[in-house]
Amino acid sequence: MNYVLIGVNHRTAPVEVREQFAIPEARLPEAVKALTSCAGVEEGMIVSTCNRVEILARTSDNGTCLDDFFHQFYGIDPDRYRAHLYEHRDRDAVRHVFRVASSLDSMIVGEPQILGQVKEAYATARALGAINSHLDALLTRAFAVAKRVRNETAVATSAVSVASVAVDLAKKIFGNLQGKSIYLVGAGKMSELAARHLLAHGAEKIFVSNRTYDRAVTLARKFNGEAIPFDQLYETVSQADIVISSTGAPHAIFRKEHGERFLSRRRNRPMFFIDIAVPRDVDPEMNKVDGIFVYDIDDLQQVVTSHVADRRVEADHAEAIVQLEVDKFQARLLTLDVVPTIVSLQEHLETVRQAEIDRVRGRLGALTPEQELAVETLTRGIVNKIMHTPITTLKSAARESSEATTVIDLVRKLFGLREVKTAVKEDEAAVGGGKTRSRS
Amino acid sequence: MGFMPLIWLRVAVVCYGVGLLYSLLLLSKKGNMLAKVVEPAVGLGLIFHFVSLVESTVLIGHISLASIHYSESLLAFLAMVVFFVFFIRYRTTTLGIVIFPIVFVLTFFSAIGQNPVIITSPVLRTRWIFVHIVLIFTGYAGLFLSFGASLLYLVQERALKSKRPTPLLTWLPPLQTIDDICYNALLFGFPFMTFGIVTGSVLLVEKYGPMFFVDPKIVLSLLMWAVYLLLLYTRWSSGWRGRRAAFLATFAFVIAICAWIANNFSRVHRFIPS
Repeated sequence: MNYVLIGVNHRTAPVEVREQFAIPEARLPEAVKALTSCAGVEEGMIVSTCNRVEILARTSDNGTCLDDFFHQFYGIDPDRYRAHLYEHRDRDAVRHVFRVASSLDSMIVGEPQILGQVKEAYATARALGAINSHLDALLTRAFAVAKRVRNETAVATSAVSVASVAVDLAKKIFGNLQGKSIYLVGAGKMSELAARHLLAHGAEKIFVSNRTYDRAVTLARKFNGEAIPFDQLYETVSQADIVISSTGAPHAIFRKEHGERFLSRRRNRPMFFIDIAVPRDVDPEMNKVDGIFVYDIDDLQQVVTSHVADRRVEADHAEAIVQLEVDKFQARLLTLDVVPTIVSLQEHLETVRQAEIDRVRGRLGALTPEQELAVETLTRGIVNKIMHTPITTLKSAARESSEATTVIDLVRKLFGLREVKTAVKEDEAAVGGGKTRSRS
Repeated sequence: MGFMPLIWLRVAVVCYGVGLLYSLLLLSKKGNMLAKVVEPAVGLGLIFHFVSLVESTVLIGHISLASIHYSESLLAFLAMVVFFVFFIRYRTTTLGIVIFPIVFVLTFFSAIGQNPVIITSPVLRTRWIFVHIVLIFTGYAGLFLSFGASLLYLVQERALKSKRPTPLLTWLPPLQTIDDICYNALLFGFPFMTFGIVTGSVLLVEKYGPMFFVDPKIVLSLLMWAVYLLLLYTRWSSGWRGRRAAFLATFAFVIAICAWIANNFSRVHRFIPS
């Protein structure tokens, strides 16, 4: 395989180290060119994001040539950063690429950006001609694996922050948030964040009410919303579909009877109360009113926790899929490695057979067609018998990853087979245009 | 019923079977397995169903509505059509969880049925009776759909109120969407139901005179229409939804079924000449 991958990520290196290696988008083509121009690098590509830099290559010298790249491009001695750099080869490199593309190696497992970033890096390298058959096969497979993980596991489906859970719930209630309005009661970092999320998902109008009116005005201006004096709270709050409450009030400010009144004023259109305050602003009894949904901070947190746990379970499924895919990919690559050896073995023995027949033909004199056939059958039979075991061994070795290369080398050595391409050429020359090549 | 229409109908039943399986799988965790094939499958079923209905009508030469199997098949067909109208509008197949089993059962029984006795009452030869039945059945279909949606509304509401994330219910559309479907299905079905009852009454008075209004079938149908109207009114005037609306919709649905069963006790609907 000869894949080598060297990289740093958010787990192995702090940002001070990562920024040494990060490559801005504009410089990426230059970096890829520098990588492929290193002696020994046959194919290469680079993924650089804020959380990771990955240098992936196929080399002819087991990856030592990548050190040259570090010297040349970064002007850094990679040995200084060995503690932060991870290095994967062959099977491990394949696995790592699959995991990165499937977002299993991300800081937030399942986040969707990384796949796009890998695809871009691939496109850049491809456009520069830095990618050939082997890396192409690897990356194409990685994208398919990422798709499979996305489709077959729920690793990326659930929200894992309080604000995004609030948005999810609002969507579960109102569907599209287009045209929905938000009422902020009291101000706080968390409620601001939730409001921002809701606005980003389509909510349109925002009202702000606070005990100190000035703060309400400042906040309203920030969101381009409307400030409302606190004493008008109960009259106005029913205009909003989503209420985010975070006052410092010692008692609940919204009670069940308020809820019933709001709802009849709204002609029973549902309302969603997000209560971020501690002590709570919304009486939990209000959740019992038909059409009113109350979530306090613990409820939201509980959803987050269960989603995080879900993701962890799903990530295990995903890892299993990746493992399976790595095996499959490796088996495919090995079969690709074995096939040329089988072909050259067949060609080699056929050449020998033909040469021997040609040699004894003079001594045998003229043969009847029957005799001709008998000689042909005899020699073919011998050759096939001899070939049988090496070929089956090669084929079964292809399935056993650890043996494949040794068996290939052994067969090549035993039968004196040369490199695939040159061997074929010389054989063709020897037997005159390859007309008599084995048909088996 | 002739031979070919029955074959088409059976093919349609198999297609609807995919829908049935889909709705059963929705209730288990692996709900997504059939999600990709369910639309084309039931769509295909609908086409075969249509062919079957047209052919059987042509074969018999007139509309054989009196054969119970034909009417079941027609009702299922119209329910499917209404389902697709709402599917195109709201892009959700989840309502199928209520519609697919009903449609499957109706078509299944009409497909395994023996050639039923065809009542050759002259009443059935009028085109108006066909119009009456299609209108009424479309009204039924709207009611079915609304009833199904109101049940889903209850489930979704409960899930949201319980605050525990339920992975089993992630396939449910948002509450608002379910509510829209619930209301729009009612609005959609109501004119059909109204005109269906009007045409029925006109036919009735024409053939039998007004005294047949005490027939159980007629009484139940009118009651159902009244509840239907009440459903629409409470929704329009005070936005009733959720539990109260579901209760009313269930009530209307039960009366609808009673009215359907009442066919067996009704003289008018068995077309017994007076």
